[in-house]
Amino acid sequence: MKQNIVIVGGGIAGLEAAKRLLRLGYRPIIVEKQDRLGGHVAQWHCLFPDMTPAGEVVSGLIRDTAEANIFLETEISFMNRLRDGYNIMLSNGISVIARAVLFTTGFSLFDAAKKEEYGYGVYDRVITNGDLEHWFNTGSDKRVDGGEIRAMGFVHCVGSRDEKARNSQCSKVCCITAVKQAIEMKKKFPDAAVYCFYMDLRMFGKKFEDFYISAQRDYGIRFIRGRVSEVSEDIDGRVVVKAEDTLAGKPVKVKLDLLVLMSGMVCGRDTESLASMLRLPVDTDGFFKSRNNVSAVVQSPLEGIFYAGACTGPKTIPETLAEADTAALEIVSFLYRS
Amino acid sequence: MDNIFGFKLSPSSTIDMDKVDFTLFDKLHELEPDAWKCMACGSCSATCPAGTFSGMSLRKVLHCLQRGKQKEAVNMLRCCMLCGKCSIVCPRGINTRHLILSICKLYKED
Ligand SMILES: Cc1cc2nc3c(=O)[nH]c(=O)nc-3n(C[C@H](O)[C@H](O)[C@H](O)COP(=O)(O)OP(=O)(O)OC[C@H]3O[C@@H](n4cnc5c(N)ncnc54)[C@H](O)[C@@H]3O)c2cc1C
Ligand code: SF4
Ligand code: SF4
Ligand code: SF4
Repeated sequence: MKQNIVIVGGGIAGLEAAKRLLRLGYRPIIVEKQDRLGGHVAQWHCLFPDMTPAGEVVSGLIRDTAEANIFLETEISFMNRLRDGYNIMLSNGISVIARAVLFTTGFSLFDAAKKEEYGYGVYDRVITNGDLEHWFNTGSDKRVDGGEIRAMGFVHCVGSRDEKARNSQCSKVCCITAVKQAIEMKKKFPDAAVYCFYMDLRMFGKKFEDFYISAQRDYGIRFIRGRVSEVSEDIDGRVVVKAEDTLAGKPVKVKLDLLVLMSGMVCGRDTESLASMLRLPVDTDGFFKSRNNVSAVVQSPLEGIFYAGACTGPKTIPETLAEADTAALEIVSFLYRS
Repeated sequence: MDNIFGFKLSPSSTIDMDKVDFTLFDKLHELEPDAWKCMACGSCSATCPAGTFSGMSLRKVLHCLQRGKQKEAVNMLRCCMLCGKCSIVCPRGINTRHLILSICKLYKED
């Protein structure tokens, strides 16, 4: 029987796994619902902690996966389990019998408009981390270009660590992303005061803490410990941010020309519908549930179904790539076994 | 005269960052680049022999300077004995004793 492998999602996780599988002699099928590959990383500008251009990472992966069968603008219409494989119907009318399926459907960025008190979509000078990356890449966004930037701020944990937003988890990458974006903005606007409003700074990764120290020492980023409680707009269109300076135990306020909301990584939009096709379990955070969150992260509870990357939880790029490689290896050994 | 209704008006305690003058703090950074490195861990204050009795806290001093409360900072610093214990414990490796001297020089009141 033909040993088809279907990869659902052409972000960096899907591409990295496809690259590995190609090198091992397989020809995987990539199903990507957008009209381009690379997922979220294709929208980012420079990557922490070394400011590697994101485009380089993505174009390298696209080059290395040119031999794969790639369907763009295609989704899974339905899927059912066979005795030793899966029957998959694609939205372009093609149906595939696959021995193994790898989900690499990634995450969604939290919709910042849901936190009404921060005024995203209401005030002119409030944007998200995603919008700022877009501005770094394109240089055009009237919310940023609208006037002189004398002071600006970053709000950490937007839609993360927030039970009312139905995401109690920490999105993990946004602290370091805020530090990275703060430094980039300080470089562009050296005279601007740049604030970060945080609850904790979660600098877990390699060189992250150094990045934070440099943001303090070399760039003078002003860190204020306290969650922003509300944002309003004044008569000049500047935004007034209120928080508690919890280190002083006093309320603090500041007027800013630009406010960036660090929207969190939340479960992908299609997680639930995909999971329900095969009755796969979804974890308490809404992401796919691995067979074991410690020792079998890339396995699902079902034979032949695998996961890699941010579809099982917030992850950095190196973590995503490492998981994709692991998943490729697991798939190949699964095919050998059966 | 005491207010017979159980409340009185007191000035707002809000820190208005727009009114904070950072000129001296920026100067301090030129002298002591590490002044901006403090991560408010509190090790210095916990170990300070003067702290228990006088309220001296280097963490608070550095914080006050960044919030425009120079008077409070200078008042606290009066109680420092320059013993240097804080520089032994600071995990960010700040030469705190030297920093305190620089703050005193810059912010000294005439
Ligand atoms: C603002 C921001 C900045 C970041 N910066 C960095 C950084 O500098 N360094 C770093 O290490 N990490 C960074 N990250 C994390 C990084 O974005 C993730 O690690 C990475 O995107 C995960 O890749 P992925 O392929 O798992 O998911 P995604 O990038 O989300 O890709 C998933 C792909 O699957 C597709 N898909 C989804 N559902 C379906 C479906 N039903 N059918 C078909 N296709 C589907 C999507 O269209 C997408 O192409 C950042 C994250 C954020 C939010
Ligand atoms: S990484 Fe930082 S900003 Fe993001 S949710 Fe966690 S604590 Fe908040
Ligand atoms: S040098 Fe001053 S602040 Fe530091 S421990 Fe001694 S008394 Fe306290
Ligand atoms: S020990 Fe160092 S880092 Fe910690 S609060 Fe004191 S000065 Fe800051």
